[in-house]
Amino acid sequence: MASLRDIKNKITSTKKMSQITKAMEMVAASNFSRAEGNAKAFVPYMEKIQEVTASVALGSSDASHPMLVKRPVKKTAYLVITAERGLAGAFNSNVLRAALQAIQKRHQSNDEFVIIALGKVGREFFRKRDMNIALDLTAIANQPTFNEVKDTVNKTIGMFADGAFDELYMYYNHFVSAIQNDVVEKKILPLTDIATSKKPMSYEFEPSAEEILEVLLPQYAESLIFGALLDSKAGEHAARMNAMRSATDNAKELIDSYSLLFNRARQAAITQEITEIVGGATALE
Amino acid sequence: MKTIKVSVVTPDGPVYESDVEMVSTKALSGELGILPGHIPMVAPLQIGAVRLITGGNTKYIAVSGGLLEVRPDQVSILAEAAEVADSIDVDRALKAKERAEQRLHAQKQENIDYKRAELALQRALNRISVAGK
Repeated sequence: MASLRDIKNKITSTKKMSQITKAMEMVAASNFSRAEGNAKAFVPYMEKIQEVTASVALGSSDASHPMLVKRPVKKTAYLVITAERGLAGAFNSNVLRAALQAIQKRHQSNDEFVIIALGKVGREFFRKRDMNIALDLTAIANQPTFNEVKDTVNKTIGMFADGAFDELYMYYNHFVSAIQNDVVEKKILPLTDIATSKKPMSYEFEPSAEEILEVLLPQYAESLIFGALLDSKAGEHAARMNAMRSATDNAKELIDSYSLLFNRARQAAITQEITEIVGGATALE
Repeated sequence: MKTIKVSVVTPDGPVYESDVEMVSTKALSGELGILPGHIPMVAPLQIGAVRLITGGNTKYIAVSGGLLEVRPDQVSILAEAAEVADSIDVDRALKAKERAEQRLHAQKQENIDYKRAELALQRALNRISVAGK
């Protein structure tokens, strides 16, 4: 049996740990509500741009743009959105596993694909496996602004335009509710399925449909990626909040069982002392 | 007078929304004024100021490119960044201007960073000029 002092040490250290996890839970909770707000603020922009893109791309069948055209696939890019650090339950491993499985199923060698990693956990994961990371962005803020990710997203779209890869898949955690995230695979480029719920408008184009697509499509693709990042961030904070809450709960349980052990050990020590005194007294008589 | 609804939205959220009598913008093909009842139209915008005119008052919004979508009853401006004149951080814009100018001096003209610096300079100048109005 562990000594009294050992158990006491364990109790204090577990208590301290639970204070830390409790604090992290509260930080995650406040980040989560802000991230959820950000994701909501982004919705009107996304809806609008999707509507216009669908109207322009579907409405004028004669207008074409390299980003709309499928081409023979020599190289595929995978954009994987992860968190900046762990301590968020299965949040990172879920999305990384999904991406890795897809890559292993589709490709024989590492030359057939490149990785674009948003988030440090993903970058380290793929680097350890010696995969080609074409582009990465780490140290993403808890509440990312568009300005912050603009460069990386611009470059991604630019690489597709320059032919560095021929299709782009995106993997991220879609935030469903505070207790659920679903891993989503989404094909971003080429833009083949532009869905819209509303009836497409017929627009006048100033100056021409081609020139509008030139501006609109990159902006649309960028907003798809940024939207996914916001979505993933909301999910990340929710996942971390849950992970930290269950850690705090577990710590409480541990403290309870350690306290029981501690009391038992103390009682045993007292009993032993009494027995010794009584034994000593009997020997003197 | 008839009015038209205007909304300016960016990826970081809606920036401005109101009913105005006329919207005046700078599209890639030139100045563009929109009155209520305009036919549906889409046009890319230049980095510049959007003027919203209501009853003799003019409100300025700085936009960094983007897109203009017009419907008979509504105008939407989709930009990567947009600020209403009185919420522009002039100090930041001035700093951005200096940075961009330094880069322009350091780079060769065909360099891609040169183009970027040029755009950054345009955005900064636009913000400064809109904030001054």
